[in-house]
Amino acid sequence: MTPHAWLLLGLYLFILLALVKPLGIYIANVMEGRSWALRVGGPIEAIIYRLGGVRKERTMGWLQYALALLLFNTLGVFAVYALQRLQLWLPLNPQQMANVGPDSAFNTAVSFVTNTNWQGYAGETTMGYLTQMLALTVQNFLSAATGIVVVIALIRGFARHTAQDIGNAWVDLTRVTLYVLLPLALIFAVFLVSQGAIQNFAPYQDVATLENATQTLAMGPVASQEAIKMIGTNGGGFFNANSAHPYENPTPLTNFFQMLSIFLIPGALCYTLGRMVGDTRQGWAVLAAMAIIFVVAAVAAIAFEQQGNPLFAAADVDQTASATQAGGNMEGKETRFGIADSGLFATLTTAASCGAVIAMHDSFTPLGGMVPLVMMQLGEVVFGGVGSGLYGMLVFAIMAVFIAGLMIGRTPEYLGKKIEAYEMKMTAIAILVTPLLVLGGTAIAVMTAAGQAGIFNPGPHGFSEVLYALTSAGNNNGSAFAGLSANTPFYNVMLAIAMWFGRLAVIMPVLAMAGSLAAKKRLVATAGTLPTHGPLFVTLLIGTVLLVGLLNYVPALALGPMVEHFMLWAGR
Amino acid sequence: MKTLIRPAITLFVLLSAITGLIYPLLVTGIGQALFPEQAAGSLIERDGKRVGSRLIGQNFTDPTYFWGRPSATGPYPNNAAASGGSNLGPLNPALKEAVESRVKALREADPGNTQPAPVDLVTASASGLDPHISPAAAEYQVARVARLRGLTSEAVQNLMDRHTEDRQWGIFGEPRVNVLELNLALDRLPSEQKP
Repeated sequence: MTPHAWLLLGLYLFILLALVKPLGIYIANVMEGRSWALRVGGPIEAIIYRLGGVRKERTMGWLQYALALLLFNTLGVFAVYALQRLQLWLPLNPQQMANVGPDSAFNTAVSFVTNTNWQGYAGETTMGYLTQMLALTVQNFLSAATGIVVVIALIRGFARHTAQDIGNAWVDLTRVTLYVLLPLALIFAVFLVSQGAIQNFAPYQDVATLENATQTLAMGPVASQEAIKMIGTNGGGFFNANSAHPYENPTPLTNFFQMLSIFLIPGALCYTLGRMVGDTRQGWAVLAAMAIIFVVAAVAAIAFEQQGNPLFAAADVDQTASATQAGGNMEGKETRFGIADSGLFATLTTAASCGAVIAMHDSFTPLGGMVPLVMMQLGEVVFGGVGSGLYGMLVFAIMAVFIAGLMIGRTPEYLGKKIEAYEMKMTAIAILVTPLLVLGGTAIAVMTAAGQAGIFNPGPHGFSEVLYALTSAGNNNGSAFAGLSANTPFYNVMLAIAMWFGRLAVIMPVLAMAGSLAAKKRLVATAGTLPTHGPLFVTLLIGTVLLVGLLNYVPALALGPMVEHFMLWAGR
Repeated sequence: MKTLIRPAITLFVLLSAITGLIYPLLVTGIGQALFPEQAAGSLIERDGKRVGSRLIGQNFTDPTYFWGRPSATGPYPNNAAASGGSNLGPLNPALKEAVESRVKALREADPGNTQPAPVDLVTASASGLDPHISPAAAEYQVARVARLRGLTSEAVQNLMDRHTEDRQWGIFGEPRVNVLELNLALDRLPSEQKP
């Protein structure tokens, strides 16, 4: 860690924490239906409800809420699939991109609807502009909205007293999209254009280079998709190189704001939680647990990458950081970002379930690359995806109070609600479903010829590629050790299954829990209640997250990055 | 379930239209009105012909030009219609070979130069389109370019310094040199600066 890297990390956290409260209050007000923004957008909202036959005062129980989201997301899968399969015959496809094959289109449809944004395809050689906009940009918004409304429903479960409902899914989806995601994306997109991100519908441009070769520049409506890709923790790039591409992320300044936008809503939702349950200390406690894990991981990733690759040193290469170069392991990294930004971004994008990249994780040092793997394996709860990060963390918080309850011999309570057998069953499902998908899927892939065929790098790194792919899909992250050739029927289908169940098999128990919690009485805290806003609980929560995550994955990590680390430094 | 179908379809269609058509068109309108050059790709013209983009790196193999970051794009380097990195793992023998052959190429183009090669000059960038190199990587090439162009080292060094960008706002990113802009300036350098 250079002094510059410390300064960057400090500034990042400072600005992020300054934004959490105002945005958190705004989101709470929007979701409780009393923000000024509702007056501005009221007419548009009214039209949507009238055409859809939505009665906004008619609220839903958890099952109806869950069915509404399931239906809405299933429609999304069909639409994204159809637009890809038909794009050659649709307008706004100046490069005449062919219709996407069925397995790839299916994978991409599930991927974008589940907020994973895993990409088996390369954007600039596969997707027409209409597909990018009407299929992919749309799901960047709607999958993010889905995640946010689920956590809002869960928060209502805690906040409400003997209630039979957890809100109206249609109203929640509409409001999150119109009042939270759209304005943020619009401002951010224009800023990106000002710095050099492109936004046009021109065909690809040919230029004659100084050495008289022809260079073809891919074009497209990039900035609009880029903005929501980051704000909605989606992460699916317009181009193959994702946020490393200068047309997506042209300057260090855009990069800083891209990094901020990844954690912006996940951080703010913690404040929304505190506000809606009437005790902002509860939100800060959850945020503190997230931030502590994140900082440790970010420092590790930057330090390991700055250390460089011993094999380069043997080839007479200068990897020392100085005033004139970033040094370190620059394979798969951009000069304008260097090591500090690349390590920080890699941690952010995997701590949150964003999955955008500014550096190729496959070329990270073994331990530098293990940091993103571990961040995903913790269950995407360190800030996590918009909404999904917080509901995942609240599941762990329930687990933590349960463990504490066992230790002190009292019925566990969290945020004024008794945690009983039903909640613990749902918690167990939500926590165990992703490790099952990840480890089971990895085992299948490494044991079958179709799975082994995709491996690019030899040795333990090849195993890491497969483990990373399943980890990324099961936890809805979307980043990759991109050497893996995953655009095959085998990986397209298997990863789609992991993404779909990694998303919905967590959302369903969370909503079930929201329903059961809402129906309970709110208890007043007494001397016998375990306080859940102090350092003791923050420590307990961090411990629970690490314990579950590490117990699940240490054996697999030992076979991949750890073995590779010892081989690299032993000079094998 | 039945009561959910109409709102689901209506909301999906309307929200798709808002976020997938109106929103990107609005960004296009605002972007092209306020920042037309950026929105179109920051293209550079010379003598009325488009020679590239300020943001997209080009492939330089002629030793009289500054060379940029190695690019792993296929089928040829710096293919801006197929971006991407090498994805070579740190222990992959192919990575070691690639780095060694790049060091060798630099040495052959500049036999007198015995300094270790700056790491960014011998490793592939993430996008394959990195427009920049580090100031160290530019400095490494100053003597070679000056000699082959019949210019003084001071003149080339001055030019390089003028094209060196500091961290943005003093803190964001890394110091860097835009290779295409530097090479364009090199081509414009008047002949009186020759020794």
